[in-house]
Amino acid sequence: MATTDIARQVGEDCRTLPLAGHVGFDSLPDQLVNKSVNQGFCFNILCVGETGLGKSTLMDTLFNTKFEVEPTTHTQPGVHLQSNTYDLQESNVGLKLTIVSTVGFGDQINKEDSYKPIVEFIDAQFEAYLQEELKIRRVLHTYHDTRIHVCLYFIAPTGHSLKSLDLVTMKKLDSKVNIIPIIAKSDAISKSELTKFKIKITSELVSNGVQIYQFPTDDESVAEINGTMNAHLPFAVVGSTEELKIGNKMMKARQYPWGTVQVENEAHCDFVKLREMLIRVNMEDLREQTHTRHYELYRRCKLEEMGFKDTDPDSKPFSLQETYEAKRNEFLGELQKKEEEMRQMFVQRVKEKEAELKEAEKELHEKFDRLKKLHQEEKKKLEDKKKTLDDEINAFKQKKAAAELLQSQGSQAGGSQTLKRDKEKKNNPWLCTE
Amino acid sequence: MSKGFPETRTDAAMSELVPEPRPKPAVPMKPVSINSNLLGYIGIDTIIEQMRKKTMKTGFDFNIMVVGQSGLGKSTLVNTLFKSQVSRKAASWNREEKIPKTVEIKAIGHVIEEGGVKMKLTVIDTPGFGDQINNENCWEPIEKYINEQYEKFLKEEVNIARKKRIPDTRVHCCLYFISPTGHSLRPLDLEFMKHLSKVVNIIPVIAKADTMTLEEKTEFKQRVRKELEVNGIEFYPQKEFDEDLEDKTENDKIRQESMPFAVVGSDKEYQVNGKRLLGRKTPWGIIEVENLNHCEFALLRDFVIRTHLQDLKEVTHNIHYETYRAKRLNDNGGLPPGEGLLGTVLPPVPASPCPTAE
Repeated sequence: MATTDIARQVGEDCRTLPLAGHVGFDSLPDQLVNKSVNQGFCFNILCVGETGLGKSTLMDTLFNTKFEVEPTTHTQPGVHLQSNTYDLQESNVGLKLTIVSTVGFGDQINKEDSYKPIVEFIDAQFEAYLQEELKIRRVLHTYHDTRIHVCLYFIAPTGHSLKSLDLVTMKKLDSKVNIIPIIAKSDAISKSELTKFKIKITSELVSNGVQIYQFPTDDESVAEINGTMNAHLPFAVVGSTEELKIGNKMMKARQYPWGTVQVENEAHCDFVKLREMLIRVNMEDLREQTHTRHYELYRRCKLEEMGFKDTDPDSKPFSLQETYEAKRNEFLGELQKKEEEMRQMFVQRVKEKEAELKEAEKELHEKFDRLKKLHQEEKKKLEDKKKTLDDEINAFKQKKAAAELLQSQGSQAGGSQTLKRDKEKKNNPWLCTE
Repeated sequence: MSKGFPETRTDAAMSELVPEPRPKPAVPMKPVSINSNLLGYIGIDTIIEQMRKKTMKTGFDFNIMVVGQSGLGKSTLVNTLFKSQVSRKAASWNREEKIPKTVEIKAIGHVIEEGGVKMKLTVIDTPGFGDQINNENCWEPIEKYINEQYEKFLKEEVNIARKKRIPDTRVHCCLYFISPTGHSLRPLDLEFMKHLSKVVNIIPVIAKADTMTLEEKTEFKQRVRKELEVNGIEFYPQKEFDEDLEDKTENDKIRQESMPFAVVGSDKEYQVNGKRLLGRKTPWGIIEVENLNHCEFALLRDFVIRTHLQDLKEVTHNIHYETYRAKRLNDNGGLPPGEGLLGTVLPPVPASPCPTAE
């Protein structure tokens, strides 16, 4: 009892006081719990495993509901993750459960990059939380936590050893999430083979340095049960949502011609152990580990990457402020630069447009001038023609006058008839010309 | 205006480091509600028990500050509240000791345990408040102290390698002692509460309530409530933080009828009707501290400790601390860690109190 965190904080100025009566702050855990119940809890499970290993069925069996997820085919081109959120309610506790499943894991021919989408997904959840935490105005107490609290890794029941894909994936994930390895479809392995398989798996994990989640053994009330459970890892489970009548009870089971595998029978599979450990005993611990260990590690790496340090070379603490400021100025500078660029681009565009318009205007002017010239030429031509016509008319008139003169000279001697004729002719000068 | 900046800034800086994952269900789709489909017991409600165990293991911190003129019975009240000698009484000071020239802040920590729950209680006393002839700005040292605690917490939170459990020295609750004049609030009271209700949870308390009769008490309380309302002083429980209807009705009742609590404190026991009770012995009778007919101490104790302790801490953490943090991070220009000075020297905290969240 003396090793609690409080006792560690007690310094010389803190003495333990005896109480002379009932004060009442022993209701404090209740107050805290009530508040949490009001807010609701959230729990996020990631199921990693090859297609067809029974991930969705196991989730259905664990939570006693049908989660309505369609089985996927084997023809996915790459691995991606599918996430579904459900609101479960039991007595007065509301749980927001998110189940994320890998789709297409292990189906490709080249599986080198299969682990990458998973790692990216987990990082993205941490990232979202980190961003929320770094905001100036943040609402952490109502934030919907999407960080993955536990990763159930489904191992194919080959009976021999772990596949290299499994080893590589688990190695990449062990520092980011709590891993609980599970042997799926374990009704395919006989009891003796199962023990050998489990030993082989644990030794391979240890020799490759994979850190799987160990159930905590520091709290006396659960230390014992957790200790024994740690020895049973990885759990060999069978999932089923079908209920069959066995004896006089309805139980979840799988029926074969040679017998029935009861899901909740501890002698048949470790499903009950998994459920106990995952939900009934360690759910809170899983959440806490995710927050205090994995998330803090991610945050530390991320902030160091971004250039924040706890102490400068001159060991001036709290340089976060400076770095913040520097980054902010940098950002502002960038913003200004962009603005300048945009403005310049705008100005340039305007200039171009103006030039274009000027060109067009010039062209129009030219065209106008040309047309005008054409018009004038036409006019000139017409005038010329008119002039020639006039000239012709004048010439004709002159000719006519000259002719009449001749006629009149000739006809003076001739007589008046010709004069009449001439008069006629004169009166109808057109007669001759037509 | 600065809303968009931090987010997009970190985005811009981090986008090249964290490539967009393929589908990004970081914001989950609308959750499917499954309620009555549960066939059989899963065990989700055991999380309550798990949580309770964990919190009992880690223990709690609680920091309470008492402010008021000397002689109002602050130390006695705190001792009565926590049923132990938590504060050293001023009466035990040597007569020759000088009255402090300025307001001092004295924080004394104790560890108390009850029912398996360990609590680190820190009582912050403010001797010298309101005792000088010129009391102008005597709330400033107090405000500075409160902000210093927020600053400490912020520094820890912002570290790269953080402690698993950041020690919480922030003031969760401030009991302000009102002198039982029977008339109205003093200008000093109003000024103090006006400035500090924005940074800390203030619970006004009428001290030495045994000097007032029942009618005087009710009238005084009404007048005080009215004055507080007229001056826009939001004491705890603040109206704006009521979360749901249930809280609201409960808190309304407290706000409009019981507060400010008229209390009497005592740490001496007397025999009354065969029982030993805490009380004050006077020629005309024994005033029982825990008797609701005599004074409202029991109400105050239940309110602060038995029902709203966690809420006080949460309001301090989620609202007052967040307001401080937002303001601090916004005024990025306000704080150069001094050249050559380590962070232990307090950087200039803005002189004017933090405005409430814009």
